[in-house]
Amino acid sequence: MYTYNEFDAGFVAERNKQFRHQVERRISGALSEDEFKPLRLMNGLYLQLHAYMLRVAIPYGTLDSAKMRQLALLADKWDKGYGHFTTRQNIQYNWPKLSDVPDMLDALAEVDMHAIQTSGNTIRNVTADHFAGASADEVADPRPVAELIRQWSTDHPEFQFMPRKFKIAVTGSVNDRAVIKAHDIGLQIVDRDGEIGYRVVIGGGLGRTPMIGKVINDFVTQGDLLPYLEAVVSVWNFLGRRDNKYKARIKITVHEHGIDDIRARVDERFKAIRPSFSGVDLALFEDIKAAFAPPAFRDDNTAVYETAYKSDPIFRSWADTNLAQHRAPGYTIVQISLKAHGETPGDASSEQMRAMAYLAETYGHNELRISHEQNVILPHVHKSDLPALHAELKKHRLATANIGLISDIIACPGMDYCALATARSIPVAQQIATRFDELKLEHEVGDLKIKISGCINACGHHHVGHIGILGLDRAGVENYQITLGGDHTQDARLGDRTGPGFAYDEIIPAVERIVYAYLDLRSDPEEQFLATYARVGMAPFKAALYEKAEAYAAE
Amino acid sequence: MARIFSPKVVTGNALIEGDVVYQTADDGWTRDLASAEVLSDEAEANLRLLMAEGQPNEIVGAYLADVTPGTDGPVPTHFREGFRRTGPSNYFHGKQAEIG
Repeated sequence: MYTYNEFDAGFVAERNKQFRHQVERRISGALSEDEFKPLRLMNGLYLQLHAYMLRVAIPYGTLDSAKMRQLALLADKWDKGYGHFTTRQNIQYNWPKLSDVPDMLDALAEVDMHAIQTSGNTIRNVTADHFAGASADEVADPRPVAELIRQWSTDHPEFQFMPRKFKIAVTGSVNDRAVIKAHDIGLQIVDRDGEIGYRVVIGGGLGRTPMIGKVINDFVTQGDLLPYLEAVVSVWNFLGRRDNKYKARIKITVHEHGIDDIRARVDERFKAIRPSFSGVDLALFEDIKAAFAPPAFRDDNTAVYETAYKSDPIFRSWADTNLAQHRAPGYTIVQISLKAHGETPGDASSEQMRAMAYLAETYGHNELRISHEQNVILPHVHKSDLPALHAELKKHRLATANIGLISDIIACPGMDYCALATARSIPVAQQIATRFDELKLEHEVGDLKIKISGCINACGHHHVGHIGILGLDRAGVENYQITLGGDHTQDARLGDRTGPGFAYDEIIPAVERIVYAYLDLRSDPEEQFLATYARVGMAPFKAALYEKAEAYAAE
Repeated sequence: MARIFSPKVVTGNALIEGDVVYQTADDGWTRDLASAEVLSDEAEANLRLLMAEGQPNEIVGAYLADVTPGTDGPVPTHFREGFRRTGPSNYFHGKQAEIG
């Protein structure tokens, strides 16, 4: 893992000191709220419905045990004993006091963490595939380049007053687990005749005008990458609309100008700035790569695992859903679900955080990841350790066997916390999970991703959910629109709206009708929801949603 | 005919804690909507809002929120204000836990 050098530590300490003084001046009255707001946003501090909210970056979703324990400490000391992991690999604290935030930031700096550029019109936390460095299908580990981009983009002098926020995600695999096509820039590491380079996708994004990103360049070399990214952001920084915040994101710029026009402008800008990159970035990249060297994998037999798998049905069910293929023999990737049925998606208590830190230290080469799906990953676990690990997870309510299933829901904080929300998300997710657990249907239904947003800004990724749910305020009442057929992977696709929305107390039965329709319609139990939807289209689902509802109402 | 002015309270968030507060008739602030001053006159409401905006060291983002009179004081008319009055629905946190 990358550890701060003297420059990084000094930079963060200086920013924390500045912010401490800014908070003092706000409290003393020397700064007005209008003056203070942009300063607090630059340091990840929002004011939400019930309290302040501090958003802390977890760069490329990577933590070690010490960092996870410190996150638990913040939760206990300055919050209400829990944190909320988000779709952009951040953690949010929902209850800090303004006067405590400088101490929280100092505590984060002790473990090389910060909240810089987690808000505001800046280049945000760079996210990456949560299986980075572990996955069997990976071309290269995306974290070193994500760290390089973090260093390049942090306090970049040209990008301090941009039209809007800017989000970058990186995947090292063809199988996109970082939703790169819904980011302002998505990078895919590719191998061309033995040379590692980057496929660059730009102009993706969700929100009120969802767009799937377009390829601007199929292969950018390592040496050209930073100047190329700088050229992209620079072209958008110049062209991007500042007259209307809803049209300011690069997706609109690309849409309005066309990808070919943008490509030509980027190429021109790239030519101008390329000579100013002397190669220091390449030397730095090599240093960073060394920090992400894989752990020393051990060679051991897996008999204990196989015995437990055969004899313990609960362990077997968990292993079938929550493990993913690792590149090293005898190893596996463990996905810890933060979606226990009826709980808040993405929330972990301080006690759970400490348990996960202990498990990472004991069985996982001291590594943890946060996924954009709001779960925690132990990327390197030897299979012989799985029975002991699973037993520990059960003690902390972390052994829910539901990864990728209907209860593994992405949900934004919604109206329960967020000042922008138009409806609640969390209780909808809780009720769907509880309902399908009662029905004992979720394993039969199989791979089905429900994503819920509590407003049009789409933090809950509803556009790319197999079933997407968008909560709106319709004449003072919560109302939920449904989309079907969205896909967040390399085959990214926006879902199609079914029709009129549903009231809060109608949305769970509506989801149930969709799921029963799928079970009726699928050609065989192997045909997953997306495949069925692609084959049969919207009509039968629409009929199940609306005609059956009318039939029930008439009874 | 004059437009009917629906009753309002002045609300905002406390500067240090960030929690929801309501203006009281004695120019103070309460965390309990039931103790808030209900404003039925538009000119008066705007004046009270101006007063709140003049206290930037106590209050952030003051605005007028719709209420209706209830048996135990004013009640929010919109669900967003309902959540602000009580707290989140997923945990027993916020005002619901703090105000007995």
